[in-house]
Amino acid sequence: MKLSKVSKRMAAVLMPILLLLTTGCTKNIVVLDPKGPIAEQQMDLMIVSLILSCIVIVPVLVMTAIIIWRYREREGRQAAYTPRWEHSTRLEVVWWGIPIIVILILAVITVKGTYALEPSKPLESAEKPITVQVTSLNWKWLFQYPEQGIATVNELKIPEGVPVRFEITADSPMNSFWIPQLGGQMYAMSGMAMTLYLQADEVGEYWGSGANFTGTHFSDMYFDVESMTRDRFDDWVAGIKETSSALTLEGYKQLVEPSTSAVQTFSSFPEGLFEMTVTKYGASHNHGLSWEQAKKFQFEE
Amino acid sequence: MWEKVKSFASEFFVTGDPLIYGADVSIALTLIALVSVLTYFKKWKWLWKEWLTTVDHKKIGIMYILSAFLMLFRGGVDALLMRLQLAVPELDFLLPDHYNQIFTTHGVIMILFMAMPFMFGLFNVMVPLQIGARDVAYPFLNALSFWLFFFGAMLFNLSFVIGGSPDAGWLAYPPYSELMYNPGPGQDFYIWGIQISGIGSLMTGINFIATILKMRAPGMKLMKMPMFSWSVLSSCIAIIFSFPILTATLALLFLDRYGGAHFFTLDGGGNPMMYINLIWMWGHPEVYIIVLPAFGIFSEIVATFSKKKLFGYKSMVYAMMIISLLSFLVWAHHFFTMGTGANVNAFFALTTMLIAIPTGAKVFNWLFTMFRGKITFETPMLWTIGFIPCFVTGGLTGVLLSVAPADFQFHNSYFLVAHFHHVIIGGVVFGYFAGLYYWWPKMFGFKLNERIGKWAFWFWNIGFYLCFMPQYVLGLMGMTRRVFSYGWDKGWGDLNLVSTIGAFLMGIAFLFQVWQIAHGVKHRKDNLDKTGDPWKHGRTLEWSIASPAPHYNFAVLPQVTEQDEWWEEKLRKKQGQFVPAAPKKLEPIHMPRNSGIPIIISAFFFVAGFGFVFHWTWFIIAGLAGVAACMVAHSFNYDTDYYIPVDEIERTEAESRVTN
Ligand code: HEM
Ligand SMILES: [Cu+2]
Ligand SMILES: [Cu+2]
Repeated sequence: MKLSKVSKRMAAVLMPILLLLTTGCTKNIVVLDPKGPIAEQQMDLMIVSLILSCIVIVPVLVMTAIIIWRYREREGRQAAYTPRWEHSTRLEVVWWGIPIIVILILAVITVKGTYALEPSKPLESAEKPITVQVTSLNWKWLFQYPEQGIATVNELKIPEGVPVRFEITADSPMNSFWIPQLGGQMYAMSGMAMTLYLQADEVGEYWGSGANFTGTHFSDMYFDVESMTRDRFDDWVAGIKETSSALTLEGYKQLVEPSTSAVQTFSSFPEGLFEMTVTKYGASHNHGLSWEQAKKFQFEE
Repeated sequence: MWEKVKSFASEFFVTGDPLIYGADVSIALTLIALVSVLTYFKKWKWLWKEWLTTVDHKKIGIMYILSAFLMLFRGGVDALLMRLQLAVPELDFLLPDHYNQIFTTHGVIMILFMAMPFMFGLFNVMVPLQIGARDVAYPFLNALSFWLFFFGAMLFNLSFVIGGSPDAGWLAYPPYSELMYNPGPGQDFYIWGIQISGIGSLMTGINFIATILKMRAPGMKLMKMPMFSWSVLSSCIAIIFSFPILTATLALLFLDRYGGAHFFTLDGGGNPMMYINLIWMWGHPEVYIIVLPAFGIFSEIVATFSKKKLFGYKSMVYAMMIISLLSFLVWAHHFFTMGTGANVNAFFALTTMLIAIPTGAKVFNWLFTMFRGKITFETPMLWTIGFIPCFVTGGLTGVLLSVAPADFQFHNSYFLVAHFHHVIIGGVVFGYFAGLYYWWPKMFGFKLNERIGKWAFWFWNIGFYLCFMPQYVLGLMGMTRRVFSYGWDKGWGDLNLVSTIGAFLMGIAFLFQVWQIAHGVKHRKDNLDKTGDPWKHGRTLEWSIASPAPHYNFAVLPQVTEQDEWWEEKLRKKQGQFVPAAPKKLEPIHMPRNSGIPIIISAFFFVAGFGFVFHWTWFIIAGLAGVAACMVAHSFNYDTDYYIPVDEIERTEAESRVTN
C-alpha cells in the first residue's frame, strides 16, 4: 500500500500538529523513521487513519470553538436562542452518516492491511529469508541462527535487504519482541512459537526491546540491532565461529537463571534447543511454527 | 521467643524502605488522630448511628465519594512517584521492584477503588432524586455494597505495609502473576481486594437496574427519564454482564495459586492466553462502565448551562445502549499482537471502530445542545467544555489504535498509555468532577467557591495536556510502558521531564480542590443554597426539593408528565399557566431502618480475605463463620423498617421551605 505524494505531503503537515511537542530531534521518533517494508507500511496506515479521522475531528473542534463563542450569554447578544429546539432528523442523519462513511472507508483499509501485514506471512523478496529464533529469558534475549549455527545474547545482526523470519518464544513470563524501526511487535510466550517476518532495507544500526512487562529487570531488555551487507554478515558469522565458545545445555541453563546480561556470542548451540524450550511446558498449540519440525524432535536431558 | 517475633515481623511487615516507614507512621498518626478527635468530641455514637450503619442512599453516596477522594490521593501520590522516577534518564529514585509495585497499585486503585466508587457515589446521591423516588430498590443491599467495596479496598491498600504489594500490573497477566514468578502475598492481596469489592459492584449494578426500572415517579416513562439515569442504566447493564467474568477469572487464578490448579499455566495443560481473553472480556466493558455515567453527567450539565433542551435525546439513549452492548465485542483489540491471526484481528478491529460511531454522534448532540443556547461558564460547565476537545482527540487516538496492523507499533508503548489516560482522565475523571460540582449544593446544602474551582480546572487541564501529549510522542520514539528507567542514548529525557512537570501541575490542581472544599465548609453559612435550585436553571426533579434533600427525599411523590419536568413546571409558572394541583395530603412515609450488619459482615469478609492472603486457616474460618453468623442474625431481624409520621414530615418541610 503506497501513498500518493499528496497525502504524504498532507501527512507531513498533520503529523507535527498531533505531535505538538516534538523537541526537534525527529530522528528519535523511530516509528516515524521506518527502515523496512513492514514498518513503512505500518506508518502509512497510521498516516492514512490519522487523515481520515481528521476529516471528522477537525471540523468538530472548529465548530466547538465557534459555538461556544457565539452562544455565550452576554449583554446585547444577537444570536438566536431556541430553548425548545431539540431535534432535527436531517442533522442527525448527517452526523450519524459522516462518521459511518469515514469508518467504512477506514474499515476497508484496515481489513486489507490486516491480511497484507499478517506477521507470519512471508515477505516477497528475491532473497531467500534467513531464520532467527528468538527466546525471551529473564531478563535477556537469546538469538539463535539455525542456518549459521551460531547464537548471541542481546545482540542481533542481520543481512540488509534480506527477509528475516523470526520465530519467537519465551522461557519466562510473556514478553513482546519489538524493533520499532523495522516493524511492529509480537508476543513471546512460553509453550508456543510465533512467527514474524521483518526486513531491514538498508545498512544501519537500530535497537529493539521487550515490550511486555516481565518483572524486575524488564527495563534492561534492550538489544542492539545491526543490518549489514551480506559479506560483512558472513564475516561476522565466521568470526563468531572462530573465536567464540559453544553454548552448552549447561550454559543455557545458566542463561535461563534470572539475571541481566551483557552481549555474548556462541559458535554453536545444542541442536533443537529452541524446540526444547517451546515444548518443555507441554505446548498446547502453535502460531505458525512448523510442528512437523518441532514434533520430530525429542530432546534428552 | 523474641527472635521468633522478630522474624515474623520482618516477613509480615514490609520494612527497609523509607517510603514504607513513612506510610506506617502516617497510618498510625491518622488512626490516633481519628480516635482522639472522635473521643474528645464524643462523636462515636453519632458516627455509628448516623453514618456507619446508615442505609440512606444519600449518605452512602457521600461515603463513596469521600473514599474515592482518598483513593485519588493515594493513586495520585503513586503517579507522582513514578513520574519523578521517569523525569530524567537513569535516575535512582525508586528501585525497580518498588516501581513495579507502584504502577500496579496505581492502576488498580485508580480504576477499581477511585473511578468505581466515585461513580457509585454519584449514582447513589442522584439517581433516586432524579427519578423522583424515595430510595433505592434495596437499601440494605446498598449499604452492604458500600462496605464490601470499602473493606476490599482497605485489604488491597494494606498490602503496601503488610506482606508486600502486587507487582504484576493492573490486570495481573499470568504466568507472571502465578506462584512461580510471584510467590509473595502481594498477588493474593490483589485477588481478594478486588474480589470482595467486586461483589459489591455487582450488587450495586443489580440494585440500580431495579431502582431505575421499578421506582420511577408516576408518569416518568423510560423515554422521559433524565439522561444521567439512562447512562446509569446502560452502565449497570454492562456491570451485571461483565463483573461475573471478573469474579470467575480471579477465582481461577486463586485456585492456581492456592490449590495448585493449572488453569493458566502451561505445565498441567492450562493456558495463560485464556486468562488474557477472560480478563479483557471484563476489562474492556469496564472502561465503558465508568465512562457512560460521565456521558450522562455531561448531558445534564450541557442542557442546564445552555438553558436549552438536550439535543437528540433519543439518539443519545440509543447511542449509550449500543455502546454498552458493543463494548462486549471488542476485547481482543487489547492483544492484536498475540498471534490469533488475520481473521480474528480484522473482526475485532471492525467492532472497535464501530464504537466510534455512536460515541461521535453523542459529541455532535452536545454541540447542538449548546448551539442557539445561552451558555454560561460555571465550574460544572467548564469541565464539560474542557471535556469535549479532550475526548474528541482521545477518541481519535483510539481509532488509530484500532487499526490492527498499525497497532503492532502502538501496542505496549507510551502511545497506549497516553491514549487511555487521555480518555479516562478527560472523559471519566473530568466527568465525575463536573458531576460533583454540579450536585455539590444538592448534597451538602451550600455552594463551593467558584474562583478556587476555576483555578483547579485550569491547573488540571494544562497539567493534563503537558503530561500526556508528550507521551504520544514518546510512544512513537519506542518507549515501552512499565519501564522504570531508560538510557540517555534514547533521547527521551526532555519529553519525560515535560510530562513529569504536567503531572505535578495536576497534583497542584488536586490541592486546589481540597482547598476549595475546606473553604466551602468554613464559609458554608454565607453560601447556603436556600432555593434548592442553585444553578437557577435546573431541569430535573432533584432541583425541585430542598438542599440538602430531606432523608425521605420527596414529601409527596411527584407526578411527571414531561422530560425535564422541573424546568417545564418553572416555565408554566412563569407563564402563569401553572395550575397547582390540589395539595396532596401528606401520608406517613415508609423507611428502612439503619443496620450494623453491612459493616460487620464486610469486616468479616475482610478477615477471611486476610486469612486467604496469608494462608491462615484460622482466620479464614473465623471470617467465614462471622459472615454466616451475620447472615443468620439478619434473617431473624424483623424490625427492619418504620414510618415517618405526618407531623414530622410537616416540620421538616417547613424548616427547609423551598422558596420558589
Ligand atoms: C473511540 C473510542 C475508542 C477506541 C476506538 C479505543 C480503542 C482502543 C484500543 C484499540 C486499545 C488497545 C490498544 C493496545 O493495547 O495496543 C485501547 C486501549 C485502552 N483504552 Fe481505548 N478506545 C476508545 C475509547 C476508550 C474509552 C472511552 C476508554 C475509557 C473510558 C478507553 C480506555 C482504554 C484503556 C484503559 C486501554 C488500555 C488498557 C491497558 O492496556 O492497560 N478507551 N483503546
Ligand atoms: Cu499463543
Ligand atoms: Cu478495549
